[in-house]
Amino acid sequence: MSSVAISKKTGFGATLWDYLTTVDHKKLGNMYFFAGLLFFAIAGFEALLIRIQLMVPNNDFVSAGLFNELLTMHGTTMLFLAATPLLFGFMNAIVPLQIGARDVAFPFLNSLGFWLFFLGALFLHLSFFMGGAPDAGWTSYASLSLYSPGHGIDFYVLGLQISGAGTLISGINFIVTIITMRAPGMTFMRMPLFTWTTLISSALILFAFPPLTVGLFFMLVDRMFGANFFDHTMGGNTIIWEHLFWIFGHPEVYILVLPAFGLFSEIIPVFARKRLFGYSSMVFATILIGFLGFMVWAHHMFTTGLGPTANAIFAVATMAIAVPTGMKVFNWILTIWGGSIKVTVPMIYALGFIPSFVAGGVTGVMQATAPLDYQLHDSYFIVAHFHYVIVGGIVTAIFGATHFYWPIMFNRVLNEKLGYIVFWVFFIGFHLTFFLQHFLGLMGMPRRVFTYQADQGWDLYNFISSIGAIMMGIGVILLVVNMLLSIKGKPVNQRDYWGDGRSLEWALVTPVPFYNFKQTPLIRGYDPYWIEKHEGNKEGMTYAEPLGDIHMPHGSILPLIMSIGMFIAAFGALYHPDGVSWSVPVIILGIGITVACMILRSFKDDLGYHVHKEEIIALEEELYGKGGNK
Amino acid sequence: MDLNTKFTPKSWPDHAEQATLEGKNKFVGIWIFICSDIVLFASVFATYLSLKDKGPAGMDISAAELFGLELAFVMTMLLLTSSLTSVYAMYHMKNFNSKGVLIWMGITVLLGLGFLGLEIYEFYEYTVHEGFGFTHSAFSSSFYVLVGTHGLHVIIGLVWITGLIIRNMKRGLNLYNAPKFFAASIYWHFIDVVWVFIFTVVYLMGVLG
Ligand code: HEM
Ligand SMILES: [Cu+2]
Repeated sequence: MSSVAISKKTGFGATLWDYLTTVDHKKLGNMYFFAGLLFFAIAGFEALLIRIQLMVPNNDFVSAGLFNELLTMHGTTMLFLAATPLLFGFMNAIVPLQIGARDVAFPFLNSLGFWLFFLGALFLHLSFFMGGAPDAGWTSYASLSLYSPGHGIDFYVLGLQISGAGTLISGINFIVTIITMRAPGMTFMRMPLFTWTTLISSALILFAFPPLTVGLFFMLVDRMFGANFFDHTMGGNTIIWEHLFWIFGHPEVYILVLPAFGLFSEIIPVFARKRLFGYSSMVFATILIGFLGFMVWAHHMFTTGLGPTANAIFAVATMAIAVPTGMKVFNWILTIWGGSIKVTVPMIYALGFIPSFVAGGVTGVMQATAPLDYQLHDSYFIVAHFHYVIVGGIVTAIFGATHFYWPIMFNRVLNEKLGYIVFWVFFIGFHLTFFLQHFLGLMGMPRRVFTYQADQGWDLYNFISSIGAIMMGIGVILLVVNMLLSIKGKPVNQRDYWGDGRSLEWALVTPVPFYNFKQTPLIRGYDPYWIEKHEGNKEGMTYAEPLGDIHMPHGSILPLIMSIGMFIAAFGALYHPDGVSWSVPVIILGIGITVACMILRSFKDDLGYHVHKEEIIALEEELYGKGGNK
Repeated sequence: MDLNTKFTPKSWPDHAEQATLEGKNKFVGIWIFICSDIVLFASVFATYLSLKDKGPAGMDISAAELFGLELAFVMTMLLLTSSLTSVYAMYHMKNFNSKGVLIWMGITVLLGLGFLGLEIYEFYEYTVHEGFGFTHSAFSSSFYVLVGTHGLHVIIGLVWITGLIIRNMKRGLNLYNAPKFFAASIYWHFIDVVWVFIFTVVYLMGVLG
């Protein structure tokens, strides 16, 4: 039965079917990447509209109501539907290779996670065409959102509920993969930092997403089924939403930034051509940041009125996070220090990241000072702060890693010249956009306003900020152009494209076959590929087993159908408060589809299949020419 | 090890549920999932505690008057016993006795159904006879969501275990279905533990006022 898997089917239909049913972590990684890129583009476009509206005082480019929708969708999309899937793309594509695994622990769930995310995202975006998008900010505070007319908030609640379930499933999958599927010799303290940060970030997902699920569920039943969690006239309490949201929300920023740290911890040693400085302190700092990340959520609520004791505790806890974060920054600097630096596009992103992120961290500590935060809260200072950490930290990591891992993911190279141009346009645009916003905030410009009066000293800064945003937009477009150009480029067809790869993924000749390593590699230390290279091993790695049959999982269409079931059920719930007669049947139909798929899944054994030794040899000859992967 | 291998009681491995990579993944995976489910319940518990007895001005229903211990005690006993019977099933799994597994898992399902029936009866009493519906107050919403979330977990567990029993009725134990039974039983214990907390926080602390 195995030869079916190898013999290539071609044609558009077959390819489409392959992607709809795939459980291969590399393909799902690519799907996450491109889905994330799509939503990144949409949210970026919304940001441009926002900045055009704010370019000049008293502007009426968009209406106040539309402005609120754009603002909400920009933030929500960027965090949940762009940054998260882009990072998941790298995690899926790279982590199994870094630990020498055949695939993730639950390939079926991996696919389910993707489709839930994607259909949840689609559902949220349908709001634009179906009566208006959510408009209460990405934080959707209950006091504001509970009575927001129309279905916008319902789209937010249901869309995030579905895509959040997908994120949680993926998080569990990564944790189990990293715990049980490391190659022999890959102890925890030999794991590359990107794998470490994936593990910790998944653990944060594990503990942070349930409070969000609960909060969203309360909002759902309050708005659609007459419950009273947040309605104070019925004994409810809107502050519960704020707590649940931020117990999720603050860890969420670390869920995103830790993998970004991990990516830079891979990029920097390769191009400094030096072992990562302070590996164990990096691991320790990652864990500590993950832990402290749960202790600080109320720094978003200093002005809510929790009282001076609570504010003081959360202020100190917040400042404490700066310590492990600082450790990381110093470790990166000390890795570069004395290295034989090769400046490449990924490296220049890393070099740009360090000062930008530090600036964001410093303003974070300023905000953590509760009395000062009374001044800064809800002003453009906050906007500047979190864009410095998110764009300066996460987006630079994603762009840098895109160049860095493009050879492994797509067996092509991104143009270097164009890469530098993109970096400078984007990087200068970024600082133009957000640096002056610190001062706008200090001068009193509130965040989330759709326009402002002239002659308060804000006009010039806002104008410059909008010019910067346009530059960032141009940068992103050029990056996409670069990706498109790479399709026509020469295939890489070699291992270790950058020449200085250190971790396991660089030991693979690209294109990586669907089973990854044909034999499980033996890990003999930290930076295993570098060790082998320096001992003159021409075959990439030393292997832990002789060449034999490989066991692989079957693809399945069920994850997609299950996700569609949830998508259908969400429509029923959405229209329930309108009193239509079909709402409950549609909910039952949708959930029924999902449950039926689950039952089908457990009644049909999925034992996977074996790829035989001879087939592997034949495939490798086809991919790499005579002699196979040597 | 191949998933289709046939076993005898002699050749059956000690930890059949973890003898394959797939089994080990399931075993670790269900524990990880439970970690996140604990946080889910913690959030709902916290909400319940802060909304307990809260309602519109002049609300005349309070936890102390509403809740009784008799029904909750019977429910607790049913669920605790069902945990025990699922342990028996796992004991028989160790000894490669698939009949024993099926029978004791079946008894677990029956006890779970008994629990669920009583819970539905309780909800019915509160809504219809006490006028304590889901939309009555913040207190009622949080009560139904807390206990109902647990009830939903019970339903999922029942469907899961029933499915396993039906699917494996005719074939014996192997390394493919052993991890599935094992994961389901861990999940069932977890539901049981959550109920102990509900019994304490909602009913005991409720009756005490
Ligand atoms: C040294 C580290 C950091 C500190 C001390 C810090 C501190 C803070 C504080 C106190 C606030 C609340 C300000 C207010 O609303 O009045 C805040 C807001 C925010 N931070 Fe940070 N932060 C840090 C790192 C990060 C990172 C790494 C990210 C993202 C990757 C991030 C994203 C955000 C976001 C999105 C908000 C705004 C939330 C909102 O109100 O919409 N922060 N930060
Ligand atoms: Cu925070």
